Amino acid sequence: MKLLTLNFLTCAIKTCKSNPASFPLHPKDAELEQIEIDMNPIFIRNILPRLDWVALKTLSSELGLASLPEDVPTEEELMGEDGEATQTLKDLHVLLMETGIASGRLCCGACGHEYAVKEGIANFLLPSHLV
Amino acid sequence: MDYLIRFIQMHETFRRPETDALADLNGFKVEWLSYSDDSPFAIIRFPDDIDHDTAAKALISRSIMTYAIYELWGTGSDYEALHKDIRKRTEHLWEQYRRPSFRFEIDSFHGSRSHGERRDIMESLGYMEFQGPIVMRNPDHHFAIFEDFKLDAKSPHQLHFGRRIAESGRGAITKYNLKKRKYIATTSMDAELSLVTANMAQAAPGRLAYDPFMGTGSFPLACAHFGSTVFGSDMDGRSVRGKKGRNVKTNFEQYGTSSLYLDGFAADLTNTPLRTSRYLDSIVCDPPYGVREGLKVLGSLKPALQQEVLLWNGQPAHLQSDYIPPKRPYSFLRMLDDILDFSTTMLVDNGRLCMWMPVAGDVDEDEAEESETVPEKAPEEQEEYDIPQHPALELVSCCTQEFNKWSRQLLTYRRRRDSEVDVDALAAYRMQRLDLQVNGSKKSTADELNDFRRKYFQGFKERT
Ligand SMILES: C[S@@+](CC[C@H](N)C(=O)[O-])C[C@H]1O[C@@H](n2cnc3c(N)ncnc32)[C@H](O)[C@@H]1O
Ligand SMILES: [Zn+2]
Repeated sequence: MKLLTLNFLTCAIKTCKSNPASFPLHPKDAELEQIEIDMNPIFIRNILPRLDWVALKTLSSELGLASLPEDVPTEEELMGEDGEATQTLKDLHVLLMETGIASGRLCCGACGHEYAVKEGIANFLLPSHLV
Repeated sequence: MDYLIRFIQMHETFRRPETDALADLNGFKVEWLSYSDDSPFAIIRFPDDIDHDTAAKALISRSIMTYAIYELWGTGSDYEALHKDIRKRTEHLWEQYRRPSFRFEIDSFHGSRSHGERRDIMESLGYMEFQGPIVMRNPDHHFAIFEDFKLDAKSPHQLHFGRRIAESGRGAITKYNLKKRKYIATTSMDAELSLVTANMAQAAPGRLAYDPFMGTGSFPLACAHFGSTVFGSDMDGRSVRGKKGRNVKTNFEQYGTSSLYLDGFAADLTNTPLRTSRYLDSIVCDPPYGVREGLKVLGSLKPALQQEVLLWNGQPAHLQSDYIPPKRPYSFLRMLDDILDFSTTMLVDNGRLCMWMPVAGDVDEDEAEESETVPEKAPEEQEEYDIPQHPALELVSCCTQEFNKWSRQLLTYRRRRDSEVDVDALAAYRMQRLDLQVNGSKKSTADELNDFRRKYFQGFKERT
C-alpha cells in the first residue's frame, strides 16, 4: 500500500468521516517495502495540490522516514528551468510512489478501529456492528 | 478541409460519444457534417483555429470505435459526381502529390467488387496524374475510395475519396484480449468495451482513475493503457488478491503498466474508506447487477449481529484473522444512486463517471433489502430502469450494447463545476438522501419504502 494511496484513505466507519482525528490512519507494526518504478513527473505535479500535505508529513514521520518541507513544493521546486526533474521531485517520487506498507495495521485516531494490511493489500471491510 | 471517419459498423451508439469525448480531451469540438448509425462513414469538421491534421491524429489515434481518419477529397452519390467534387475540392493540391509514393484502396461497405472493377475504379482517378511509385506498405500517401451500399444493392448510393491521416487505437484490442490475460473472472469486461470506457472517461497521462468495483481490474488496466494512474477496490478481497502469481497486480505486470497501478484493497462502496475530497479525474465501474449477482453490502439484518460478537473466549469475533464480515442484500437502484453521490464528492470539476448498468431489471426490488433470496424475474417481466440523475452531474452520453435477450448501457457523466449546480435541486436531493438513510436503511415496511421511492425517484429523469 503506497504512501500516496494512504493519503486518500481514512476510516470506513461513517461517523468517523467528520472527525478530523480519523485522518490520516496511523500505521502499527508496519513492515515497509520499497519498489522501484518509473518516475511520472506530470502525475506527481498534478496530484500534489490534491494531497493533504500535513497528513503526508505526519505519516512519513510516524514511519520514521525523511522529514518533508513545511509547505507543499511549488511547481518551480519540482521542475528546473531546463525542464529536468529536481531532487525534490525525485524524493517525492520515492516517498509517494515507491514506498509502501507491505504488512501491518492502520489505526483510526478517532475510534481506534484497526485495518489489517497483508501483502500490500488493506482490508477495509467492517463488522456489522460498525456499519 | 473536412475529414472522413471510417467507423466500425458495430456498437453504433458508442461511436459519436467516444469521438466527442476524445475531442473534448484534446480541447476542441468537432462539427458533425454527416453521420448515420447505418453507415460506417461520417464527415466532420474541425474548428478553424487549430491545425487540422494534428487534431485528426489526436482524435483518432487512440479511438476504439474507428479504423482510421481521412482528409476528405470528395464525395458524391455516383462516380461522376465524386470525380467532379474531387476536382473542385483538390485540383490545386494534385501537384504536390505527383512524385511521392502512394497507394489506392477500395473500401466497399456491404458490397464487393471484382478485380476488374477495382482496377477500373482506380484508373478512373487517373486525371490526378500521380506518378510516384505505387507502394503497398507504408506509402507516403494512402488514398481510399469508400463505397456505401444499401444491403443487397447492386451499386453504391454514396461514394467518398480521402487521404489517410491516422489509424485508430484498435490494435490495443488484441493486446488486451481476455483470452490472453493471465487473471480474469466471469464478469471481466471485454477488452474492446473496457478501452472504450477508458476513452469515455478521458483517461490520460497525469490523471487519476478509480474503480470501486474493480474485480479483476479490466477498467483500471484500460485506463492505464492510456496513461492514467489508477487504483481500485472490491468488496471481495479475494478478487484483488487473486491466487499466487495471478492477481490484479500481475495483470498490470503483463501489460507493462505496473508503474501506473497504485493499489487495490478490499472495501464496500457504501462504507468507503476514501477520504472525501475532490481528487479523482475519472471513476469507471461495472457495478454488480441486482439479485443474480447477489448485490450485497456490509451489514446484517439479524439483530444479534448488530452488536459486537464475542467468541467463547471473550475475544471479539471481528479481530480474528479468518473473520468474514456479514453482508446483507441491497437494492440496485440505491447502489446506483450511491455511486452517483459518491462521484460528486470525489470528482474534480469536469471529471467523469463512466458506469455500466443493465437497461431493464426488477424495478420493484424493495423486497431485495429485506430477505436473503428474491426470485429473479424473467426478462419479459422486467421493467426499464430510469437513467439515474444527480444535480451535480451532467449526463454526457448513454450508449447501449444489445445482446440477444438483454441489453446494458454505458452512462457517462461530467461533474459540473459548483457554480453550474442548481442549488435548490441539490438541497432537495440531499434531503431525499438523508430521508433514505434514516427511513430506508435499517428497517421499514415495503409500503414506506415504496412511498419513499415514489418521491425519491421523481428526481430521476424519464428516459427519452
Ligand atoms: C460486474 S463485477 C466487476 C468486474 C470488473 N469490471 C472486472 O473487469 O473484473 C462487480 C464487482 O463488484 C463487487 N462488489 C459487489 N458488491 C460490492 C460492494 N458493495 N462494494 C464494492 N464492490 C462490490 C463484486 O465482488 C464484483 O467483483
Ligand atoms: Zn474510525
